Amino acid sequence: MSLSQAFFAIVVRDLLLAFRRRAEAANPLLFFVLAVTLFPLAVGAQPHLLQAIAPGVIWVAALLAALLSLESLFRSDFEDGSLEQLLLCPHALPVLILGKISAHWLVTGAPLLVVAPLLALFLGLPQQAMATLWLSLLLGTPLLSLIGAIGVALTVGLRRGGMILSLLVLPLYVPVLIFASSAVDRAAGGLPAAAQLDVLAAMLFFGVVLAPLPAAAALRMSVN
Amino acid sequence: MSAGLTASDLSCRRDERDLFAGLSFSVRPGQVLLLEGGNGCGKTTLLRILCGLRAPDGGSLSWDGAPAPNSDYLAQMAYVGHADGSKKELTALENLRFAQALAAPGAYTLEQALARVQLAGFDDNPVQTLSAGQKRRLSLARLLVCAKRLWILDEPFTALDRRGVALIESLIVAHVAQGGLAVLTSHQDINLPQVDLQRIFLDQCH
Repeated sequence: MSLSQAFFAIVVRDLLLAFRRRAEAANPLLFFVLAVTLFPLAVGAQPHLLQAIAPGVIWVAALLAALLSLESLFRSDFEDGSLEQLLLCPHALPVLILGKISAHWLVTGAPLLVVAPLLALFLGLPQQAMATLWLSLLLGTPLLSLIGAIGVALTVGLRRGGMILSLLVLPLYVPVLIFASSAVDRAAGGLPAAAQLDVLAAMLFFGVVLAPLPAAAALRMSVN
Repeated sequence: MSAGLTASDLSCRRDERDLFAGLSFSVRPGQVLLLEGGNGCGKTTLLRILCGLRAPDGGSLSWDGAPAPNSDYLAQMAYVGHADGSKKELTALENLRFAQALAAPGAYTLEQALARVQLAGFDDNPVQTLSAGQKRRLSLARLLVCAKRLWILDEPFTALDRRGVALIESLIVAHVAQGGLAVLTSHQDINLPQVDLQRIFLDQCH
Protein backbone atom coordinates (compact mmCIF):
# COMPACT_ATOMS: atom_id res chain seq x y z
CA MET A 1 0.00 0.00 0.00
CA SER A 2 1.14 3.51 -0.70
CA LEU A 3 2.16 6.09 1.86
CA SER A 4 -0.92 8.24 1.25
CA GLN A 5 -3.22 5.26 1.78
CA ALA A 6 -1.44 4.46 5.04
CA PHE A 7 -1.76 8.14 6.09
CA PHE A 8 -5.51 8.19 5.45
CA ALA A 9 -5.97 4.77 7.05
CA ILE A 10 -4.44 6.19 10.25
CA VAL A 11 -6.60 9.33 10.16
CA VAL A 12 -9.77 7.30 9.57
CA ARG A 13 -8.89 4.78 12.29
CA ASP A 14 -8.19 7.49 14.87
CA LEU A 15 -11.40 9.35 14.02
CA LEU A 16 -13.35 6.10 14.35
CA LEU A 17 -11.65 5.44 17.70
CA ALA A 18 -12.54 8.94 18.90
CA PHE A 19 -16.13 8.31 17.85
CA ARG A 20 -16.21 5.07 19.83
CA ARG A 21 -14.75 6.89 22.86
CA ARG A 22 -17.09 9.87 22.47
CA ALA A 23 -17.23 10.75 26.16
CA GLU A 24 -13.46 10.89 26.49
CA ALA A 25 -13.02 12.72 23.19
CA ALA A 26 -15.53 15.42 24.17
CA ASN A 27 -13.60 16.23 27.36
CA PRO A 28 -11.35 19.00 25.97
CA LEU A 29 -14.31 20.75 24.35
CA LEU A 30 -16.32 20.54 27.55
CA PHE A 31 -13.37 21.89 29.54
CA PHE A 32 -12.98 24.79 27.09
CA VAL A 33 -16.65 25.78 27.34
CA LEU A 34 -16.73 25.43 31.12
CA ALA A 35 -13.52 27.37 31.72
CA VAL A 36 -14.65 30.29 29.57
CA THR A 37 -18.18 30.42 30.99
CA LEU A 38 -16.91 30.49 34.56
CA PHE A 39 -15.07 33.78 34.02
CA PRO A 40 -18.14 36.05 33.87
CA LEU A 41 -19.43 34.37 37.04
CA ALA A 42 -16.18 34.93 38.89
CA VAL A 43 -15.37 38.40 37.59
CA GLY A 44 -18.91 39.70 37.98
CA ALA A 45 -21.04 41.95 35.79
CA GLN A 46 -18.28 44.12 34.41
CA PRO A 47 -18.79 44.16 30.63
CA HIS A 48 -15.73 46.32 29.91
CA LEU A 49 -13.40 44.14 31.92
CA LEU A 50 -14.76 40.95 30.31
CA GLN A 51 -14.44 42.49 26.88
CA ALA A 52 -10.84 43.42 27.60
CA ILE A 53 -9.81 39.98 28.87
CA ALA A 54 -11.86 37.96 26.32
CA PRO A 55 -8.96 37.22 23.90
CA GLY A 56 -6.71 36.08 26.72
CA VAL A 57 -9.39 34.00 28.41
CA ILE A 58 -10.35 32.20 25.22
CA TRP A 59 -6.78 31.50 24.26
CA VAL A 60 -5.65 30.31 27.69
CA ALA A 61 -8.68 27.99 27.84
CA ALA A 62 -7.91 26.64 24.37
CA LEU A 63 -4.30 26.04 25.34
CA LEU A 64 -5.20 24.19 28.55
CA ALA A 65 -7.84 22.16 26.71
CA ALA A 66 -5.18 21.08 24.21
CA LEU A 67 -2.81 20.18 27.05
CA LEU A 68 -5.54 18.10 28.67
CA SER A 69 -6.04 16.06 25.51
CA LEU A 70 -2.39 15.53 24.59
CA GLU A 71 -1.82 12.33 26.52
CA SER A 72 -4.45 10.52 24.43
CA LEU A 73 -2.34 11.06 21.31
CA PHE A 74 0.00 8.09 21.84
CA ARG A 75 -0.84 6.66 25.29
CA SER A 76 -3.34 3.96 24.30
CA ASP A 77 -1.31 3.00 21.23
CA PHE A 78 1.73 2.61 23.45
CA GLU A 79 -0.12 0.43 25.92
CA ASP A 80 -1.82 -1.96 23.51
CA GLY A 81 1.15 -2.47 21.20
CA SER A 82 -0.29 -0.59 18.20
CA LEU A 83 2.60 1.85 18.44
CA GLU A 84 5.15 -0.94 17.90
CA GLN A 85 3.24 -2.03 14.83
CA LEU A 86 3.27 1.55 13.56
CA LEU A 87 7.03 1.83 14.09
CA LEU A 88 7.57 -1.41 12.16
CA CYS A 89 5.67 -0.07 9.20
CA PRO A 90 7.92 0.31 6.13
CA HIS A 91 6.55 3.81 5.42
CA ALA A 92 8.14 7.07 6.56
CA LEU A 93 7.26 7.31 10.25
CA PRO A 94 7.04 11.15 10.43
CA VAL A 95 4.28 11.10 7.79
CA LEU A 96 2.32 8.45 9.70
CA ILE A 97 2.70 10.51 12.87
CA LEU A 98 1.46 13.57 11.01
CA GLY A 99 -1.63 11.45 10.26
CA LYS A 100 -2.13 10.81 13.97
CA ILE A 101 -1.61 14.50 14.78
CA SER A 102 -4.13 15.51 12.09
CA ALA A 103 -6.76 13.18 13.56
CA HIS A 104 -5.98 14.51 17.04
CA TRP A 105 -6.53 18.09 15.85
CA LEU A 106 -9.77 17.19 14.06
CA VAL A 107 -11.07 15.70 17.31
CA THR A 108 -9.76 18.19 19.89
CA GLY A 109 -8.88 21.42 18.04
CA ALA A 110 -11.44 21.75 15.28
CA PRO A 111 -14.52 21.70 17.59
CA LEU A 112 -13.08 24.75 19.38
CA LEU A 113 -13.36 26.66 16.10
CA VAL A 114 -17.09 26.07 16.14
CA VAL A 115 -17.83 27.10 19.72
CA ALA A 116 -15.22 29.86 20.17
CA PRO A 117 -17.19 32.56 18.27
CA LEU A 118 -20.23 31.85 20.46
CA LEU A 119 -18.19 32.13 23.63
CA ALA A 120 -16.51 35.29 22.33
CA LEU A 121 -19.91 36.82 21.75
CA PHE A 122 -20.85 35.81 25.26
CA LEU A 123 -17.83 37.65 26.67
CA GLY A 124 -18.65 40.68 24.54
CA LEU A 125 -15.72 40.59 22.14
CA PRO A 126 -16.32 43.26 19.48
CA GLN A 127 -17.64 42.08 16.12
CA GLN A 128 -14.59 43.30 14.22
CA ALA A 129 -12.35 40.88 16.16
CA MET A 130 -14.38 37.75 15.42
CA ALA A 131 -12.70 36.93 12.12
CA THR A 132 -9.25 37.41 13.67
CA LEU A 133 -10.14 35.22 16.66
CA TRP A 134 -11.32 32.49 14.34
CA LEU A 135 -8.23 32.75 12.13
CA SER A 136 -5.91 32.76 15.13
CA LEU A 137 -7.55 29.55 16.39
CA LEU A 138 -7.44 28.00 12.93
CA LEU A 139 -3.68 28.65 12.72
CA GLY A 140 -2.87 28.18 16.40
CA THR A 141 -4.69 25.04 17.53
CA PRO A 142 -3.00 22.72 14.99
CA LEU A 143 0.30 24.11 16.31
CA LEU A 144 -0.70 23.07 19.82
CA SER A 145 -1.24 19.49 18.59
CA LEU A 146 2.02 19.49 16.62
CA ILE A 147 4.20 20.84 19.45
CA GLY A 148 2.41 18.65 21.97
CA ALA A 149 3.11 15.53 19.90
CA ILE A 150 6.85 15.98 20.51
CA GLY A 151 6.28 16.22 24.27
CA VAL A 152 3.98 13.19 24.39
CA ALA A 153 6.35 11.15 22.25
CA LEU A 154 9.15 11.92 24.73
CA THR A 155 7.15 11.08 27.84
CA VAL A 156 4.90 8.22 26.69
CA GLY A 157 7.37 5.63 27.97
CA LEU A 158 7.33 7.08 31.49
CA ARG A 159 4.79 5.72 33.92
CA ARG A 160 3.86 9.11 35.34
CA GLY A 161 4.79 11.47 32.56
CA GLY A 162 1.91 13.92 32.98
CA MET A 163 3.77 16.49 35.07
CA ILE A 164 6.90 16.37 32.92
CA LEU A 165 4.75 16.66 29.81
CA SER A 166 3.21 19.94 31.03
CA LEU A 167 6.62 21.33 31.99
CA LEU A 168 8.08 20.35 28.62
CA VAL A 169 5.28 21.60 26.46
CA LEU A 170 4.03 24.77 28.18
CA PRO A 171 7.14 26.90 27.45
CA LEU A 172 6.85 25.91 23.79
CA TYR A 173 3.19 26.93 23.79
CA VAL A 174 3.97 30.42 25.09
CA PRO A 175 4.90 31.98 21.70
CA VAL A 176 1.65 30.67 20.18
CA LEU A 177 -0.29 32.15 23.10
CA ILE A 178 1.45 35.52 22.85
CA PHE A 179 1.03 36.00 19.11
CA ALA A 180 -2.52 34.63 18.98
CA SER A 181 -3.96 36.60 21.87
CA SER A 182 -2.18 39.76 20.82
CA ALA A 183 -3.66 39.38 17.32
CA VAL A 184 -7.18 39.19 18.75
CA ASP A 185 -6.46 42.02 21.18
CA ARG A 186 -5.31 44.32 18.39
CA ALA A 187 -8.27 43.42 16.20
CA ALA A 188 -10.62 44.19 19.10
CA GLY A 189 -9.01 47.61 19.39
CA GLY A 190 -9.48 48.23 15.67
CA LEU A 191 -5.80 47.83 14.81
CA PRO A 192 -4.40 45.63 12.03
CA ALA A 193 -3.37 42.14 13.22
CA ALA A 194 -1.92 40.79 9.97
CA ALA A 195 1.64 40.67 11.34
CA GLN A 196 0.70 38.44 14.28
CA LEU A 197 -1.38 36.15 12.07
CA ASP A 198 1.47 35.93 9.56
CA VAL A 199 3.84 34.85 12.33
CA LEU A 200 1.33 32.22 13.44
CA ALA A 201 0.97 30.96 9.86
CA ALA A 202 4.75 30.77 9.51
CA MET A 203 5.01 28.84 12.79
CA LEU A 204 2.28 26.47 11.58
CA PHE A 205 4.07 25.72 8.32
CA PHE A 206 7.33 25.14 10.19
CA GLY A 207 5.49 22.93 12.65
CA VAL A 208 3.83 20.77 9.98
CA VAL A 209 7.17 20.16 8.30
CA LEU A 210 9.45 19.88 11.32
CA ALA A 211 7.49 18.68 14.36
CA PRO A 212 6.82 15.10 13.13
CA LEU A 213 10.58 14.47 12.78
CA PRO A 214 11.57 14.82 16.47
CA ALA A 215 8.27 13.17 17.45
CA ALA A 216 9.19 10.12 15.35
CA ALA A 217 12.70 9.98 16.83
CA ALA A 218 11.32 10.35 20.36
CA LEU A 219 8.79 7.55 19.81
CA ARG A 220 11.54 5.21 18.67
CA MET A 221 13.42 6.07 21.87
CA SER A 222 10.35 5.61 24.06
CA VAL A 223 9.61 2.16 22.64
CA ASN A 224 13.23 1.02 22.95
CA MET B 1 24.42 -12.72 -1.41
CA SER B 2 22.67 -14.91 1.11
CA ALA B 3 18.89 -15.01 1.20
CA GLY B 4 17.20 -14.78 4.57
CA LEU B 5 18.12 -13.26 7.88
CA THR B 6 21.67 -13.33 9.17
CA ALA B 7 22.82 -12.15 12.58
CA SER B 8 26.49 -11.84 13.28
CA ASP B 9 28.08 -11.38 16.67
CA LEU B 10 24.98 -9.83 18.28
CA SER B 11 25.32 -8.71 21.85
CA CYS B 12 23.05 -6.97 24.27
CA ARG B 13 23.70 -5.46 27.68
CA ARG B 14 20.96 -4.55 30.07
CA ASP B 15 21.43 -3.00 33.50
CA GLU B 16 25.20 -3.67 33.47
CA ARG B 17 24.57 -7.33 32.66
CA ASP B 18 25.31 -9.19 29.46
CA LEU B 19 22.09 -10.76 28.24
CA PHE B 20 23.91 -12.41 25.39
CA ALA B 21 27.12 -11.80 23.47
CA GLY B 22 28.69 -13.11 20.30
CA LEU B 23 25.42 -14.55 19.06
CA SER B 24 25.54 -15.51 15.38
CA PHE B 25 22.97 -17.41 13.36
CA SER B 26 21.23 -17.37 10.03
CA VAL B 27 17.72 -18.30 9.02
CA ARG B 28 17.17 -19.30 5.39
CA PRO B 29 13.87 -19.37 3.50
CA GLY B 30 11.93 -22.44 4.58
CA GLN B 31 13.54 -22.53 8.02
CA VAL B 32 12.15 -21.93 11.50
CA LEU B 33 14.31 -20.63 14.33
CA LEU B 34 13.14 -21.47 17.83
CA LEU B 35 14.64 -19.47 20.70
CA GLU B 36 14.63 -21.23 24.01
CA GLY B 37 15.75 -20.29 27.50
CA GLY B 38 14.37 -19.47 30.91
CA ASN B 39 12.59 -16.30 31.96
CA GLY B 40 14.72 -13.18 31.75
CA CYS B 41 17.24 -14.68 29.36
CA GLY B 42 16.68 -12.03 26.73
CA LYS B 43 14.47 -13.89 24.28
CA THR B 44 12.05 -11.00 23.90
CA THR B 45 14.94 -8.53 23.80
CA LEU B 46 16.55 -10.54 21.01
CA LEU B 47 13.29 -10.57 19.04
CA ARG B 48 12.94 -6.81 19.50
CA ILE B 49 16.47 -6.39 18.19
CA LEU B 50 15.66 -8.63 15.22
CA CYS B 51 12.66 -6.53 14.28
CA GLY B 52 14.50 -3.25 14.76
CA LEU B 53 12.60 -1.88 17.77
CA ARG B 54 15.85 -1.93 19.72
CA ALA B 55 19.41 -1.42 18.53
CA PRO B 56 21.88 -4.17 19.45
CA ASP B 57 24.83 -3.14 21.65
CA GLY B 58 27.15 -4.94 19.26
CA GLY B 59 27.05 -6.94 16.06
CA SER B 60 24.86 -6.55 13.01
CA LEU B 61 21.90 -7.94 11.13
CA SER B 62 21.47 -8.47 7.44
CA TRP B 63 18.47 -9.36 5.33
CA ASP B 64 18.98 -10.83 1.84
CA GLY B 65 22.57 -9.62 2.02
CA ALA B 66 21.79 -5.97 2.82
CA PRO B 67 22.20 -4.44 6.29
CA ALA B 68 18.92 -4.61 8.21
CA PRO B 69 16.60 -3.16 9.30
CA ASN B 70 15.97 -1.22 6.11
CA SER B 71 12.59 -0.40 4.57
CA ASP B 72 12.74 -3.49 2.36
CA TYR B 73 13.18 -5.62 5.49
CA LEU B 74 10.36 -3.85 7.34
CA ALA B 75 8.07 -4.41 4.35
CA GLN B 76 8.66 -8.15 4.55
CA MET B 77 8.76 -8.65 8.32
CA ALA B 78 5.80 -9.12 10.64
CA TYR B 79 6.08 -9.00 14.43
CA VAL B 80 3.57 -10.32 16.93
CA GLY B 81 4.68 -9.38 20.41
CA HIS B 82 3.31 -9.72 23.94
CA ALA B 83 0.91 -6.84 23.37
CA ASP B 84 -1.73 -7.72 20.83
CA GLY B 85 -1.50 -4.50 18.85
CA SER B 86 -5.27 -4.41 18.33
CA LYS B 87 -7.48 -1.49 19.37
CA LYS B 88 -10.05 -2.72 21.85
CA GLU B 89 -12.79 -0.32 20.72
CA LEU B 90 -12.58 -1.44 17.09
CA THR B 91 -14.08 -4.64 15.74
CA ALA B 92 -11.98 -7.62 14.67
CA LEU B 93 -12.58 -6.77 11.03
CA GLU B 94 -11.66 -3.09 11.45
CA ASN B 95 -8.42 -4.04 13.18
CA LEU B 96 -7.44 -6.39 10.38
CA ARG B 97 -8.39 -3.86 7.73
CA PHE B 98 -6.11 -1.29 9.36
CA ALA B 99 -3.23 -3.78 9.58
CA GLN B 100 -3.65 -4.53 5.90
CA ALA B 101 -3.69 -0.83 5.00
CA LEU B 102 -0.17 -0.47 6.42
CA ALA B 103 1.26 -3.42 4.45
CA ALA B 104 0.90 -5.24 1.15
CA PRO B 105 -2.21 -7.44 1.03
CA GLY B 106 -1.48 -11.11 1.67
CA ALA B 107 -2.88 -14.36 0.33
CA TYR B 108 -5.99 -14.25 2.52
CA THR B 109 -8.88 -11.80 2.41
CA LEU B 110 -10.01 -10.37 5.75
CA GLU B 111 -12.95 -12.78 6.05
CA GLN B 112 -10.86 -15.79 5.01
CA ALA B 113 -8.22 -14.93 7.60
CA LEU B 114 -10.80 -14.65 10.38
CA ALA B 115 -12.30 -17.98 9.31
CA ARG B 116 -8.82 -19.56 9.23
CA VAL B 117 -8.13 -18.61 12.86
CA GLN B 118 -11.64 -19.73 13.80
CA LEU B 119 -12.98 -16.27 14.49
CA ALA B 120 -15.64 -16.35 11.79
CA GLY B 121 -18.80 -14.81 13.21
CA PHE B 122 -16.82 -12.46 15.45
CA ASP B 123 -16.13 -9.95 12.64
CA ASP B 124 -18.29 -7.23 14.12
CA ASN B 125 -17.46 -7.80 17.78
CA PRO B 126 -15.37 -5.09 19.42
CA VAL B 127 -12.04 -6.60 20.43
CA GLN B 128 -12.70 -5.80 24.10
CA THR B 129 -15.48 -8.40 24.09
CA LEU B 130 -13.15 -11.17 22.87
CA SER B 131 -11.36 -13.56 25.22
CA ALA B 132 -7.57 -13.51 25.66
CA GLY B 133 -7.16 -16.51 23.35
CA GLN B 134 -9.39 -14.93 20.72
CA LYS B 135 -7.37 -11.71 20.86
CA ARG B 136 -4.25 -13.79 20.31
CA ARG B 137 -5.84 -15.45 17.30
CA LEU B 138 -6.78 -12.05 15.93
CA SER B 139 -3.21 -10.77 16.20
CA LEU B 140 -2.01 -13.92 14.42
CA ALA B 141 -4.66 -13.42 11.71
CA ARG B 142 -2.77 -10.20 10.94
CA LEU B 143 0.04 -12.39 9.58
CA LEU B 144 -2.32 -13.86 7.00
CA VAL B 145 -3.79 -10.66 5.59
CA CYS B 146 -0.37 -9.07 5.03
CA ALA B 147 2.20 -10.39 2.59
CA LYS B 148 5.22 -10.92 4.85
CA ARG B 149 8.07 -13.38 4.35
CA LEU B 150 9.53 -13.28 7.85
CA TRP B 151 7.34 -13.88 10.89
CA ILE B 152 8.78 -12.91 14.26
CA LEU B 153 6.54 -14.33 16.96
CA ASP B 154 7.01 -13.75 20.68
CA GLU B 155 5.32 -16.57 22.62
CA PRO B 156 2.61 -17.06 19.97
CA PHE B 157 0.96 -19.88 21.92
CA THR B 158 0.19 -17.94 25.11
CA ALA B 159 -3.50 -18.08 26.05
CA LEU B 160 -4.33 -20.46 23.20
CA ASP B 161 -6.19 -23.73 23.75
CA ARG B 162 -4.90 -27.01 22.32
CA ARG B 163 -6.73 -26.55 19.03
CA GLY B 164 -5.40 -23.03 18.81
CA VAL B 165 -1.83 -24.24 19.25
CA ALA B 166 -2.30 -26.88 16.55
CA LEU B 167 -3.80 -24.23 14.29
CA ILE B 168 -0.86 -21.84 14.68
CA GLU B 169 1.58 -24.71 14.15
CA SER B 170 -0.16 -25.59 10.89
CA LEU B 171 -0.02 -21.93 9.82
CA ILE B 172 3.73 -21.85 10.49
CA VAL B 173 4.25 -25.11 8.58
CA ALA B 174 2.28 -23.77 5.60
CA HIS B 175 4.20 -20.48 5.74
CA VAL B 176 7.66 -22.05 5.63
CA ALA B 177 6.53 -24.57 2.99
CA GLN B 178 5.99 -21.56 0.73
CA GLY B 179 9.51 -20.31 1.35
CA GLY B 180 8.69 -18.16 4.37
CA LEU B 181 10.86 -17.75 7.46
CA ALA B 182 9.84 -17.75 11.09
CA VAL B 183 11.60 -16.87 14.33
CA LEU B 184 9.71 -17.67 17.50
CA THR B 185 10.03 -18.17 21.21
CA SER B 186 8.00 -20.67 23.14
CA HIS B 187 7.96 -22.34 26.53
CA GLN B 188 5.84 -25.18 25.22
CA ASP B 189 6.93 -28.17 23.20
CA ILE B 190 6.10 -27.39 19.66
CA ASN B 191 5.27 -29.86 16.99
CA LEU B 192 6.34 -28.76 13.52
CA PRO B 193 6.50 -31.84 11.28
CA GLN B 194 8.77 -31.79 8.21
CA VAL B 195 10.14 -28.39 9.03
CA ASP B 196 13.80 -27.42 9.05
CA LEU B 197 13.90 -26.37 12.70
CA GLN B 198 16.87 -24.64 14.27
CA ARG B 199 17.09 -24.22 18.02
CA ILE B 200 19.11 -21.68 19.97
CA PHE B 201 19.41 -21.87 23.73
CA LEU B 202 19.94 -18.54 25.41
CA ASP B 203 21.40 -20.00 28.55
CA GLN B 204 24.11 -17.56 29.53
CA CYS B 205 21.79 -15.94 31.99
CA HIS B 206 22.63 -16.03 35.65
